[in-house]
Amino acid sequence: MAERKIKMRTRKRAEVVEVQLLIIHPMETGQRTDKKTGKKIPPHYIKRVTLEHNGKAVVTMDTGAAVSEDPLFGLQLKDAKQGDKLKVIWSDNKGESGSMEGIVDLS
Amino acid sequence: MTHHPRRLFLKNTLATAVLLGAGSVGLFRAPWAFAAEWPKGAFESKELKAAIKALFGTDEMSESPAVKIKAPTQAENSSQVQVQVTADLPNVEEIAVFVEKNPSPLVAHASFAGASGFFSARMKMGATSDVYAVVKAGGKLHMAKQNIKVTAGGCGG
Repeated sequence: MAERKIKMRTRKRAEVVEVQLLIIHPMETGQRTDKKTGKKIPPHYIKRVTLEHNGKAVVTMDTGAAVSEDPLFGLQLKDAKQGDKLKVIWSDNKGESGSMEGIVDLS
Repeated sequence: MTHHPRRLFLKNTLATAVLLGAGSVGLFRAPWAFAAEWPKGAFESKELKAAIKALFGTDEMSESPAVKIKAPTQAENSSQVQVQVTADLPNVEEIAVFVEKNPSPLVAHASFAGASGFFSARMKMGATSDVYAVVKAGGKLHMAKQNIKVTAGGCGG
Protein backbone atom coordinates (compact mmCIF):
# COMPACT_ATOMS: atom_id res chain seq x y z
CA MET A 1 0.00 0.00 0.00
CA ALA A 2 1.50 3.26 -1.07
CA GLU A 3 2.18 5.76 1.61
CA ARG A 4 -0.10 8.75 1.49
CA LYS A 5 1.65 11.85 2.67
CA ILE A 6 -0.21 14.74 4.18
CA LYS A 7 1.01 18.31 4.30
CA MET A 8 -0.53 21.05 6.36
CA ARG A 9 0.12 24.77 6.22
CA THR A 10 -1.42 27.63 8.18
CA ARG A 11 -1.35 31.36 7.63
CA LYS A 12 -3.08 34.44 8.96
CA ARG A 13 -5.72 35.98 6.72
CA ALA A 14 -7.32 39.11 8.21
CA GLU A 15 -9.58 37.81 11.00
CA VAL A 16 -9.14 34.13 10.32
CA VAL A 17 -6.47 31.48 10.02
CA GLU A 18 -6.38 29.71 6.68
CA VAL A 19 -5.45 26.02 6.69
CA GLN A 20 -4.24 24.29 3.56
CA LEU A 21 -4.27 20.52 3.42
CA LEU A 22 -2.53 18.48 0.76
CA ILE A 23 -3.08 14.72 0.66
CA ILE A 24 -1.12 12.58 -1.78
CA HIS A 25 -3.75 10.30 -3.30
CA PRO A 26 -4.52 9.08 -6.89
CA MET A 27 -8.23 10.03 -6.81
CA GLU A 28 -9.06 7.54 -9.60
CA THR A 29 -12.51 8.08 -11.08
CA GLY A 30 -13.05 4.53 -12.32
CA GLN A 31 -13.56 5.89 -15.84
CA ARG A 32 -9.97 5.71 -17.03
CA THR A 33 -8.59 2.75 -18.97
CA ASP A 34 -5.17 1.22 -18.43
CA LYS A 35 -3.55 1.58 -21.87
CA LYS A 36 -1.41 -1.58 -21.46
CA THR A 37 -4.12 -4.00 -20.39
CA GLY A 38 -7.15 -2.29 -21.89
CA LYS A 39 -8.94 -2.74 -18.58
CA LYS A 40 -10.68 -0.08 -16.58
CA ILE A 41 -8.75 1.27 -13.63
CA PRO A 42 -10.98 0.74 -10.58
CA PRO A 43 -12.18 3.81 -8.72
CA HIS A 44 -10.01 4.85 -5.78
CA TYR A 45 -10.80 8.15 -4.14
CA ILE A 46 -11.00 9.87 -0.77
CA LYS A 47 -14.54 10.05 0.58
CA ARG A 48 -14.08 11.97 3.78
CA VAL A 49 -11.65 14.44 5.29
CA THR A 50 -12.11 15.82 8.80
CA LEU A 51 -10.26 18.74 10.33
CA GLU A 52 -10.06 18.95 14.10
CA HIS A 53 -9.15 22.16 15.91
CA ASN A 54 -8.10 21.61 19.53
CA GLY A 55 -9.82 18.21 19.52
CA LYS A 56 -13.10 19.37 18.03
CA ALA A 57 -14.16 18.45 14.49
CA VAL A 58 -14.74 21.87 12.88
CA VAL A 59 -15.04 20.81 9.23
CA THR A 60 -16.08 17.51 7.68
CA MET A 61 -15.67 17.21 3.93
CA ASP A 62 -17.41 14.61 1.79
CA THR A 63 -15.49 14.20 -1.43
CA GLY A 64 -16.08 12.38 -4.70
CA ALA A 65 -13.89 11.19 -7.56
CA ALA A 66 -14.14 14.61 -9.25
CA VAL A 67 -11.74 16.08 -6.71
CA SER A 68 -8.32 16.31 -8.38
CA GLU A 69 -5.41 13.96 -7.82
CA ASP A 70 -3.40 14.90 -4.72
CA PRO A 71 -6.25 16.99 -3.30
CA LEU A 72 -5.45 20.43 -1.94
CA PHE A 73 -8.13 21.82 0.35
CA GLY A 74 -8.37 25.29 1.81
CA LEU A 75 -10.35 26.02 4.98
CA GLN A 76 -10.56 28.90 7.43
CA LEU A 77 -10.64 28.70 11.22
CA LYS A 78 -12.28 31.18 13.53
CA ASP A 79 -10.71 31.92 16.90
CA ALA A 80 -7.47 30.17 16.08
CA LYS A 81 -4.17 31.23 17.62
CA GLN A 82 -0.52 30.31 17.47
CA GLY A 83 0.15 26.82 18.81
CA ASP A 84 -3.45 25.53 18.60
CA LYS A 85 -3.65 21.81 17.88
CA LEU A 86 -4.82 20.64 14.48
CA LYS A 87 -5.53 17.14 13.21
CA VAL A 88 -6.54 15.97 9.76
CA ILE A 89 -8.10 12.56 9.23
CA TRP A 90 -9.01 11.05 5.85
CA SER A 91 -10.52 7.80 4.57
CA ASP A 92 -11.17 6.47 1.07
CA ASN A 93 -13.48 4.07 -0.79
CA LYS A 94 -11.04 1.17 -0.42
CA GLY A 95 -10.89 1.45 3.36
CA GLU A 96 -7.50 3.15 3.45
CA SER A 97 -7.12 5.98 5.91
CA GLY A 98 -4.56 8.29 7.38
CA SER A 99 -4.14 11.15 9.79
CA MET A 100 -1.70 13.82 10.76
CA GLU A 101 -1.35 16.17 13.68
CA GLY A 102 0.03 19.67 13.50
CA ILE A 103 -0.25 23.09 15.04
CA VAL A 104 -1.30 26.55 13.98
CA ASP A 105 2.02 28.11 13.03
CA LEU A 106 1.82 31.76 12.07
CA SER A 107 5.49 32.55 12.50
CA MET B 1 -38.61 8.61 4.03
CA THR B 2 -36.58 6.41 1.73
CA HIS B 3 -35.86 9.48 -0.33
CA HIS B 4 -33.90 11.12 2.44
CA PRO B 5 -31.74 8.52 4.11
CA ARG B 6 -29.33 11.19 5.23
CA ARG B 7 -32.02 13.20 6.94
CA LEU B 8 -33.28 10.07 8.61
CA PHE B 9 -29.78 9.24 9.74
CA LEU B 10 -29.36 12.71 11.22
CA LYS B 11 -32.69 12.43 12.98
CA ASN B 12 -31.83 9.04 14.41
CA THR B 13 -28.41 10.23 15.43
CA LEU B 14 -29.87 13.22 17.23
CA ALA B 15 -32.43 11.05 18.97
CA THR B 16 -29.69 8.70 20.11
CA ALA B 17 -27.57 11.61 21.21
CA VAL B 18 -30.40 12.95 23.36
CA LEU B 19 -30.93 9.53 24.93
CA LEU B 20 -27.26 9.02 25.60
CA GLY B 21 -26.79 12.61 26.68
CA ALA B 22 -28.70 11.91 29.89
CA GLY B 23 -26.06 9.51 31.09
CA SER B 24 -22.82 10.54 29.47
CA VAL B 25 -20.57 13.56 29.27
CA GLY B 26 -18.13 14.44 26.50
CA LEU B 27 -20.45 13.05 23.86
CA PHE B 28 -19.50 15.78 21.40
CA ARG B 29 -16.22 14.03 20.87
CA ALA B 30 -18.01 11.14 19.16
CA PRO B 31 -17.48 11.86 15.44
CA TRP B 32 -20.92 10.64 14.42
CA ALA B 33 -22.55 13.22 16.65
CA PHE B 34 -21.40 15.81 14.09
CA ALA B 35 -20.88 14.01 10.81
CA ALA B 36 -23.60 12.18 8.96
CA GLU B 37 -22.93 9.39 6.48
CA TRP B 38 -21.14 10.04 3.18
CA PRO B 39 -23.99 11.21 0.90
CA LYS B 40 -23.87 8.34 -1.61
CA GLY B 41 -27.12 9.22 -3.36
CA ALA B 42 -25.99 12.81 -3.98
CA PHE B 43 -22.60 11.74 -5.35
CA GLU B 44 -24.26 9.19 -7.64
CA SER B 45 -26.85 11.63 -9.04
CA LYS B 46 -26.28 12.27 -12.73
CA GLU B 47 -28.12 15.56 -12.88
CA LEU B 48 -27.52 18.84 -11.03
CA LYS B 49 -30.98 19.42 -9.52
CA ALA B 50 -31.27 15.78 -8.43
CA ALA B 51 -27.85 15.96 -6.80
CA ILE B 52 -28.76 19.16 -4.92
CA LYS B 53 -32.02 17.62 -3.79
CA ALA B 54 -30.35 14.39 -2.70
CA LEU B 55 -27.81 16.34 -0.67
CA PHE B 56 -29.94 19.02 0.96
CA GLY B 57 -33.43 17.49 0.80
CA THR B 58 -34.60 20.40 -1.37
CA ASP B 59 -33.47 22.23 -4.50
CA GLU B 60 -35.20 25.46 -3.50
CA MET B 61 -32.51 28.12 -3.41
CA SER B 62 -31.88 31.75 -4.20
CA GLU B 63 -28.95 33.31 -5.98
CA SER B 64 -27.05 35.37 -3.44
CA PRO B 65 -24.31 38.00 -3.79
CA ALA B 66 -23.03 36.85 -0.37
CA VAL B 67 -21.80 33.65 -2.00
CA LYS B 68 -18.67 34.24 -4.05
CA ILE B 69 -16.87 31.86 -6.38
CA LYS B 70 -13.25 32.51 -7.26
CA ALA B 71 -12.24 30.37 -10.20
CA PRO B 72 -10.70 30.83 -13.63
CA THR B 73 -13.07 31.61 -16.52
CA GLN B 74 -10.94 29.34 -18.67
CA ALA B 75 -9.29 26.25 -17.20
CA GLU B 76 -5.69 25.72 -18.29
CA ASN B 77 -5.68 22.16 -16.99
CA SER B 78 -9.15 20.62 -16.76
CA SER B 79 -7.99 17.96 -14.30
CA GLN B 80 -6.79 20.61 -11.85
CA VAL B 81 -9.29 23.47 -11.73
CA GLN B 82 -8.94 25.61 -8.63
CA VAL B 83 -12.25 26.72 -7.14
CA GLN B 84 -12.74 28.81 -4.02
CA VAL B 85 -16.06 29.51 -2.34
CA THR B 86 -16.59 32.25 0.26
CA ALA B 87 -19.93 32.57 2.01
CA ASP B 88 -20.31 35.93 3.71
CA LEU B 89 -23.35 34.82 5.70
CA PRO B 90 -23.96 34.18 9.40
CA ASN B 91 -24.10 30.55 10.55
CA VAL B 92 -22.78 28.82 7.46
CA GLU B 93 -23.58 25.14 7.96
CA GLU B 94 -22.60 23.58 4.65
CA ILE B 95 -20.93 24.41 1.33
CA ALA B 96 -21.21 22.16 -1.72
CA VAL B 97 -19.61 22.49 -5.15
CA PHE B 98 -21.19 21.10 -8.31
CA VAL B 99 -20.05 20.95 -11.95
CA GLU B 100 -23.25 20.79 -13.97
CA LYS B 101 -21.81 18.98 -17.01
CA ASN B 102 -19.73 16.40 -15.13
CA PRO B 103 -21.04 12.80 -15.28
CA SER B 104 -21.79 13.16 -11.57
CA PRO B 105 -22.15 16.88 -10.76
CA LEU B 106 -21.37 16.81 -7.01
CA VAL B 107 -17.66 17.40 -6.43
CA ALA B 108 -17.41 18.00 -2.69
CA HIS B 109 -19.49 18.93 0.31
CA ALA B 110 -18.16 20.51 3.50
CA SER B 111 -20.01 20.74 6.82
CA PHE B 112 -18.92 23.36 9.31
CA ALA B 113 -19.04 23.42 13.10
CA GLY B 114 -17.02 26.41 14.22
CA ALA B 115 -15.01 27.01 11.07
CA SER B 116 -15.52 29.96 8.75
CA GLY B 117 -17.73 29.76 5.61
CA PHE B 118 -14.86 29.11 3.24
CA PHE B 119 -13.90 26.15 1.09
CA SER B 120 -11.37 25.69 -1.68
CA ALA B 121 -10.27 22.66 -3.68
CA ARG B 122 -9.03 21.58 -7.09
CA MET B 123 -11.41 19.60 -9.25
CA LYS B 124 -11.75 17.75 -12.55
CA MET B 125 -14.03 19.04 -15.27
CA GLY B 126 -15.13 16.93 -18.24
CA ALA B 127 -16.30 19.84 -20.37
CA THR B 128 -17.11 23.54 -20.33
CA SER B 129 -19.75 23.97 -17.66
CA ASP B 130 -21.43 26.14 -15.10
CA VAL B 131 -19.99 25.55 -11.65
CA TYR B 132 -22.41 25.96 -8.75
CA ALA B 133 -21.62 26.80 -5.15
CA VAL B 134 -24.55 25.98 -2.88
CA VAL B 135 -24.37 27.23 0.69
CA LYS B 136 -26.67 26.27 3.53
CA ALA B 137 -26.86 29.02 6.12
CA GLY B 138 -29.60 29.67 8.66
CA GLY B 139 -31.49 26.67 7.27
CA LYS B 140 -31.75 28.18 3.75
CA LEU B 141 -29.90 27.49 0.52
CA HIS B 142 -27.95 30.29 -1.16
CA MET B 143 -26.32 29.87 -4.54
CA ALA B 144 -23.79 31.35 -6.93
CA LYS B 145 -22.62 30.06 -10.29
CA GLN B 146 -19.84 30.70 -12.75
CA ASN B 147 -19.03 29.34 -16.16
CA ILE B 148 -15.63 27.73 -16.63
CA LYS B 149 -14.40 27.01 -20.13
CA VAL B 150 -12.55 23.77 -20.79
CA THR B 151 -10.73 23.16 -24.05
CA ALA B 152 -9.56 19.56 -23.45
CA GLY B 153 -11.38 17.01 -21.30
CA GLY B 154 -10.07 16.17 -17.85
CA CYS B 155 -11.67 12.78 -17.39
CA GLY B 156 -9.92 10.89 -20.21
CA GLY B 157 -6.87 8.68 -19.96
